[in-house]
Amino acid sequence: MSSLLRGEEMCLAQLFLQSGSAYDCISELGELGLAEFRDLNPSVNTFQRKHVNEIKKCEEMERILGYLLREIKKADISLPERDVNPVAPLPKHIMAIMEQLQRLEVELGEVTRNKEKLQKNLLELIEYTHMLHVTRSFVQRTCEREPLQVQYEEFPFLEKDTVMDYNSMQRLGAKLGFISGLIQRVKIEAFERMLWRVCKGYTILSYSEVEEYLEDPETGEPTKRMVFLISYWGDQIGQKVKKICDCYHCHLYPYPTSNDERNDVVEGLKTRIQDLHTVLHRTEDYLRQVSIKASESVYTWVIQVKKIKAIYYILNLCSFDVTNKCLIAEVWCPVNDIPTLRRALEDGSRKSGATVPSFVNRIPTSDTPPTLFRTNKFTSGFQNIVDAYGVGTYREVNPAPFTIITFPFLFAVMFGDLGHGLIMALFAFWMVLYENNRKLKNTRNEIWNTFFEGRYIILMMGLFSIYTGLIYNDCFSKSLNIFGSGWSVKAMFTAEVWKPEDLTGNKFLTLDPNITGVFKGPYPLGIDPIWNLASNRLTFLNSYKMKMSVILGVIHMSFGVILSTYNHLHFRKKYNLYLVFLPELLFLLCLFGYLVFMIFYKWLVFSAKDSRNAPSILIHFINMFLMQGDTVSPLYPGQAGLQVFLVVIAVLSVPVLLLGKPIYLYWVHNGSHRLGMYRGYERVRRNSEEELYLMRAHDMEEGSSHSDLSTSTEHKKEEFDFADEFLHQAIHTIEYCLGCVSNTASYLRLWALSLAHAQLSEVLWAMVMRVGLRTDTRIGVLFLVPVFGLFAVLTVSILLIMESLSAFLHALRLHWVEFQNKFYGLPVSKDILC
Amino acid sequence: MAELSFVITMSVVTLFWALIGGIVPLFIPKGPNRGVIVTMLVLTSVCCYLFWLIAILAQLNPLLGPSLSTDAIWYLKYHWP
Repeated sequence: MSSLLRGEEMCLAQLFLQSGSAYDCISELGELGLAEFRDLNPSVNTFQRKHVNEIKKCEEMERILGYLLREIKKADISLPERDVNPVAPLPKHIMAIMEQLQRLEVELGEVTRNKEKLQKNLLELIEYTHMLHVTRSFVQRTCEREPLQVQYEEFPFLEKDTVMDYNSMQRLGAKLGFISGLIQRVKIEAFERMLWRVCKGYTILSYSEVEEYLEDPETGEPTKRMVFLISYWGDQIGQKVKKICDCYHCHLYPYPTSNDERNDVVEGLKTRIQDLHTVLHRTEDYLRQVSIKASESVYTWVIQVKKIKAIYYILNLCSFDVTNKCLIAEVWCPVNDIPTLRRALEDGSRKSGATVPSFVNRIPTSDTPPTLFRTNKFTSGFQNIVDAYGVGTYREVNPAPFTIITFPFLFAVMFGDLGHGLIMALFAFWMVLYENNRKLKNTRNEIWNTFFEGRYIILMMGLFSIYTGLIYNDCFSKSLNIFGSGWSVKAMFTAEVWKPEDLTGNKFLTLDPNITGVFKGPYPLGIDPIWNLASNRLTFLNSYKMKMSVILGVIHMSFGVILSTYNHLHFRKKYNLYLVFLPELLFLLCLFGYLVFMIFYKWLVFSAKDSRNAPSILIHFINMFLMQGDTVSPLYPGQAGLQVFLVVIAVLSVPVLLLGKPIYLYWVHNGSHRLGMYRGYERVRRNSEEELYLMRAHDMEEGSSHSDLSTSTEHKKEEFDFADEFLHQAIHTIEYCLGCVSNTASYLRLWALSLAHAQLSEVLWAMVMRVGLRTDTRIGVLFLVPVFGLFAVLTVSILLIMESLSAFLHALRLHWVEFQNKFYGLPVSKDILC
Repeated sequence: MAELSFVITMSVVTLFWALIGGIVPLFIPKGPNRGVIVTMLVLTSVCCYLFWLIAILAQLNPLLGPSLSTDAIWYLKYHWP
């Protein structure tokens, strides 16, 4: 537990790694994940480090792996879902992996390019076939009807019989040429117009549409195309027509001169297309095979390459001791794990077959170590939300173990609904039950991952919401009546206060608790169910919830202040206890603790009999500050005197808080000799004596001195600066005192959000569900189904998702600001152990 | 009579949460998580007991009664004891 309360005790250790076994040792250490390496070559550029070439190789491999993964995903091959965690391969295997990857890349690239070429070919052939097919119908038309029909867009049905067909033209000896091809449908009209303008009637264009969509060879998109046939006289016209065709990006194909030739070409094309199909199939199959082979090991390679890169990165951080032919590394590691570290180094040395083993030595330091918290899957979520605000300084009290309960509790106070809490808890429970399901763990959806990581937080929030929903007596905005209400309507009738005629006359009647028998006692578990039926429900609930918020807030803040004593005691600053903690606690309790006392007093002492002169606590509280005890009747005898006493104590504690610590420190420093103050890490000082002795003994064996190599900074003798300390303390005092007032008021958000949630829930019920339940006819039963669907959707989206996010945020804010600034120090370093 | 039921309720609930917060932590087996579990139990019992206590104390001496619609009164007159 001390690990989670304070963080692990850390120490600085030096590792001596033999160069032959350095790689293996670091690999072992990496698998354990226990050490944080310090950079021993901070002045060296990234590109001048020793292993920069290996890292470049790793990045090249990562690039190839990225390409492979993309290709595999394109081919829709499912990757094996095993949980792989391979160890980093030895340096000699790295070249083998690199070669394999390069070979795969080249192969895949070639095959893909071939496939594209073949596909392009295929499309062209298909277009040619279409073209031949369509132009056949052109020519057939001419055989059926004597004149060649030319259709202009302006005169669609005009028939001209001036044009002669092919045979007659040949008899004339004119040089008739044909150009045929395909053009995009959208361009055909412009094309025709251009032809007409340029060639002025010396060409004849006939075209017709191809029914199906053809894929464009270049872009691969399906487009609609028209087959056209241009017949022209003369060479020059032919050149012009060809230029125009180029302009409009037509695909031109040779036009067969006779029917027989056409048939031959068609047959030839058919066979070629079939062949191409087969070849294409085979190519695709081969591509798939290669991708499947790659996919089997691609994830393994990805992890292995990552590990190799990490190892070389760490090796770059170490410094090379030329005289001893070994690498030196400085790591931060937990004290309890030094034996594990030793064992890992031994394993590494043994694996690499080194003669001299590598070993680890603890060295003294005055630097502040990084903070480490050992968390399991349950506590890690809560530790994360505490760390999101800031990681604590080394060995400071960690709010996380308390946050495990107080955070879901404050959330539940704001969310408090039995039904909604039940749904939330079930959802979280489902996530927890299936937490080992790989599909849930490894999705890429960011939002889902956030919810999944926080599944235990959501579970706790749901469970607490069930409890607070029970106490608020609110289940989908309806109350449960388990024990029988404490209010009796019958008693109002038997006491003759109400008569049956009253029921017809008035709309609302109020029960009077003064009459015997009307109020039988408080409901044993939570809020009485009768309040759900009352129209003045909010009057009662608001007063109750506001007081509850203040009570919970003051207790939460006092808890925070008390936690600071842990820090004061641990860091051996006992004077803080008397000069900081005591004034803070007195200030808080004398003012706001007294407010809480008054709330409880009023609840216990004033009953319905005194309802006419029940005092307002707020007025009493304000009067306390103004020292006007006489204007209102006292709550209890001696109130005025007690209040004056409390205010005096609170006011006196402010200057003690402001001046006490600076003056005491000044007196300590100038009254006695200059004391060097070490910041923070004091424990190691005690051990360092024996450590230094051991080190020196070791030195003599090894024949080198370590003090040159250690890069720990020198001890700082902190000069005591009165002005600095006073300013710091003044800021703290102002922050604390003003903060007490504003933070107490800030806890009223507990009331505000729970009110909002209850009202939203009630509106949803009244506007949606009740409408469905009130339609009486048979249609009403069917109508209820979509109404319930709407109710469920709105409940989940508005109340469960939006409201819970809102309550989560506010509970988080209450923790981060109001609770933590009572004791959590400003984080010095953000080092988190990898 | 009302007093008695209040006393019974108060003692039962106080005993329940005192059990959870005070007695059960003594039986948690020693392990790395003992501290966390004990903290959780104590905090849970304190928070939940406090929350319940506030709810019941707020209703102990009501200064005003619920104001019901006449329909509700008519129903409650016949159906609630």
